[in-house]
Amino acid sequence: MEFVLLIFLPFVFAILVPFAYKYIKGIHTGWFVLLVPLVLFGYYLSFIPLTMDGGHAISEIKWIPTLGIAFTSYIDGLSLLFTLLITGIGSLVVLYSIFYMDKKKENLGSFYVYLLLFMTAMLGVVQSDNTMTLYLFWELTSISSFLLIGYWYTRDKSRFGALKSMMITVFGGLMMLGGFILLSIMGETFSIRELIAQAPDLVSHPYFTSALILILLGAFTKSAQFPFYIWLPDAMEAPTPVSAYLHSATMVKAGIYLVARFTPIFGTSSTWIWLVTGIGLLTLFWGSFFAVKQTDLKAILAFSTVSQLGLIMSLLGAGAISYHTTEAMFAFATYAAIFHLINHATFKGGLFMIAGIIDHETGTRDIRKLGGLMSIMPLSFTVALIGSLSMAGLPPFNGFLSKEMFLESMVALRHFELFQFDTWGILFPIVAWVASVFTFTYSLYFVLKTFLGQGKVDQLPKRPHEAPIGMLVAPMILASLVIIIFFIPNVLGKWVIKPAVMAVQPTLYGSPADIDIHVLAWHGFGSVGLWLTVAIVIVGSLLYLTIPKWQPLYKLQPAKLSLNEGYDALMRGSEKGMNRLSRAYMTGLIRTYLLYMFAFLSVTVIAVLFIKDAFVVDMNSFAAITLYGALNAVILLLSIGFVVFAKSRLAAIIALGGVGYSVALFFVIFKAPDLALTQLVIETVSVALFLLAFKHLPALNEHGETKKTKVVNLIISLSVGVMVTLVALSSHSQKLIPSISQYYKDTVATEAGGGNIVNVILVDYRGFDTLFEIAVLAIAGIAVLGMIRLRVSRKETTDENK
Amino acid sequence: MKTNDVILQTTTKVVFFIIFLFSIHIFFAGHYTPGGGFVGGLLTTGAIVLLLLAFDLKTIQQILPFNFTIVTGIGLLLALGTAAGSIFFNVPFFTHAFDDFTLPLFGETSLHTAMLFDSGVYLVVVGSAITIIQSIGGDD
Repeated sequence: MEFVLLIFLPFVFAILVPFAYKYIKGIHTGWFVLLVPLVLFGYYLSFIPLTMDGGHAISEIKWIPTLGIAFTSYIDGLSLLFTLLITGIGSLVVLYSIFYMDKKKENLGSFYVYLLLFMTAMLGVVQSDNTMTLYLFWELTSISSFLLIGYWYTRDKSRFGALKSMMITVFGGLMMLGGFILLSIMGETFSIRELIAQAPDLVSHPYFTSALILILLGAFTKSAQFPFYIWLPDAMEAPTPVSAYLHSATMVKAGIYLVARFTPIFGTSSTWIWLVTGIGLLTLFWGSFFAVKQTDLKAILAFSTVSQLGLIMSLLGAGAISYHTTEAMFAFATYAAIFHLINHATFKGGLFMIAGIIDHETGTRDIRKLGGLMSIMPLSFTVALIGSLSMAGLPPFNGFLSKEMFLESMVALRHFELFQFDTWGILFPIVAWVASVFTFTYSLYFVLKTFLGQGKVDQLPKRPHEAPIGMLVAPMILASLVIIIFFIPNVLGKWVIKPAVMAVQPTLYGSPADIDIHVLAWHGFGSVGLWLTVAIVIVGSLLYLTIPKWQPLYKLQPAKLSLNEGYDALMRGSEKGMNRLSRAYMTGLIRTYLLYMFAFLSVTVIAVLFIKDAFVVDMNSFAAITLYGALNAVILLLSIGFVVFAKSRLAAIIALGGVGYSVALFFVIFKAPDLALTQLVIETVSVALFLLAFKHLPALNEHGETKKTKVVNLIISLSVGVMVTLVALSSHSQKLIPSISQYYKDTVATEAGGGNIVNVILVDYRGFDTLFEIAVLAIAGIAVLGMIRLRVSRKETTDENK
Repeated sequence: MKTNDVILQTTTKVVFFIIFLFSIHIFFAGHYTPGGGFVGGLLTTGAIVLLLLAFDLKTIQQILPFNFTIVTGIGLLLALGTAAGSIFFNVPFFTHAFDDFTLPLFGETSLHTAMLFDSGVYLVVVGSAITIIQSIGGDD
């Protein structure tokens, strides 16, 4: 079977969802939707034995073969890992949403349509081997994320957050497209596999660094790296299942995926290593530092996601160093990145679901109002505690293992001797350690402030009680995974992580089994990671206990200097600037626009005519002047003069008819019966039309024209006349290429079975023109109808919030 | 104001059919002699405009009770359908076919798919033009 089609399974299902929602009222629509990720998860599991041996599977359907664009599903260790995350976490999130989204109050139809659309897009991103379809799916994830964030579109904040995320991620996507195009110019292929095969040649190409930076911009905007992370906290306006799914487990990891996927191409470059590691660490620190400032549960989690994404990013950057040194530590970093990616999906997914449960059961997410929920919601508390401690990096949870690997990789960076790492490298472990301290602090802050302490239960908007068990199933599964992974990290490593590492660094290993990494929880007392962790716990606990003392320090940062303010100012400024620019020349009057067009057209055409020296007149090719022709020309000129100088509109209209009829007579004189016939009928119909519209037109001489505008109009109309005359004369006098008319004469009977070339051209030779012309004609007709019949009577103020 | 247009109205009743029949003739003759769907459609429009001038909009709507936007739509579908039809015969989009047939009454006749396309053109021209004229003329 062509398994590339499975990418589109959620999409096809999305078409059916509205019907299920409309006609099957008794059952929550989510139960139908749940089938999709479950089936896909089961199916994709069957690829594990293949990728475990370092193999891969390819399935392709051509899309635009002439341009080399195809839907290609390329499944190796890396894409399989992401596919399993998307479908696995997807199943749990859909299950959770069944209890979270009320089937009576919410419009489930569109919710699940967007969610399924996202699933297709995300599967496409991680499986596409073709950069163009990768880009297509990439933007589709941005669009579905936009729709999901703005799901409660009556709220101002939802719309704001949706727009913000769209603006930033689509900007990044466009940059990435530029990078892809540069890559395709360099390697003459859209296929990532083929590009990787050419990687050594690409490095010396002049476009290499530009492509690198453009692709990183795409990855950094999507994965919420500094300074683009600002969209993620605002994206928390989405329903919580969406936050858990898109904005922590899958979509924001698309940037990580991109970096991992392109490491074999760019990894040898020092720019890549510095940017990915540096920005990653900065984001890690920034996110963890500002997480403690937040008071909204989901905002804390958003900042923590930002910081964890930074952590994974920096590990990938450090992992790329293994192209330059044989030191085992850096291969270790890539392993740690993939490992932490899985761990983050498990604990953060669970934490988001708990934040949603608290919001659902108490009616607020404000941590200042919460507290003392432990005895009321013991199950939620347990899950939250497991997730938080794993995030903080404590045993016996999976976060401990990957956090320790992270610390050791960062310490090892100090010893790396290329690219000035020996001088600046010392900064890396320090920043990493400080950020880890803050991570520890906000993890405690999140869980303890909510569940411990003095409960102000009576003041909550709702009377809290434990969530229904259905809602708790998904977070509980994730929490148990957090613990299970701690005890069997190497099984997971063998099945999933090592194949993924091999996909990131294909040149270094022959098969996944060659990766000599064995994750241990206990390295003995001599291990650096252990003592760093102990220090983190001590300092972090101290910081947590003193939060009330130092939290006000955040207020020192002036609001004007924040990145959010910068974004707002940019948006406001561009809106205002564009508005002013458009208003400067858009007067809303058709005659102004016609002036622009005619002026531009005549100036460019006349200029080209003389610059290219194309103006030629061949007097010999002209027809002889006949009496009829001369008389007709006189009538034509008289009519034109009458149109221009007429005092009333009625007279001008009739004179215009006269112009048309005399042109038609010229067609008769020069033996063009088809043209003459058409011209005559057109003139008749259009004069009739003018007469019909006559009563709507304003009287002549009432345009409020000044002398100056009249002179400008005269100049432009004269130049248009000159342009047409010159072009007509010179195109008649010279032929650059032989005329096609002989071909028409030869083939009209044999090929087209007709006799009248003019009409055969219309319906057959150039049928496309006619087809589009009648389409335009139909649109024009309907537009006139719409403009006149369906005229908006009064502008009603519509409030989007209602 | 009620005007007395007896002469115009009486002539129109006759002339309308002459123009209309001529437009049909020109439409069918188009492949071999001057004419075709576009001119044919315009001539038909001209005939209807004459009716409009002699009578008034309401009378015309009673005489010709079509929704002309739908006529436009049918025309466009017909044209596009003819063009797309060739795909089903495994030839490129917009390939026309023609052959000679012996038909009752007409005798030896050459039939074209281009004719179908041209009738689409005819319908779109008539439909759009009358739609525009009706909308502008009927607006108060």
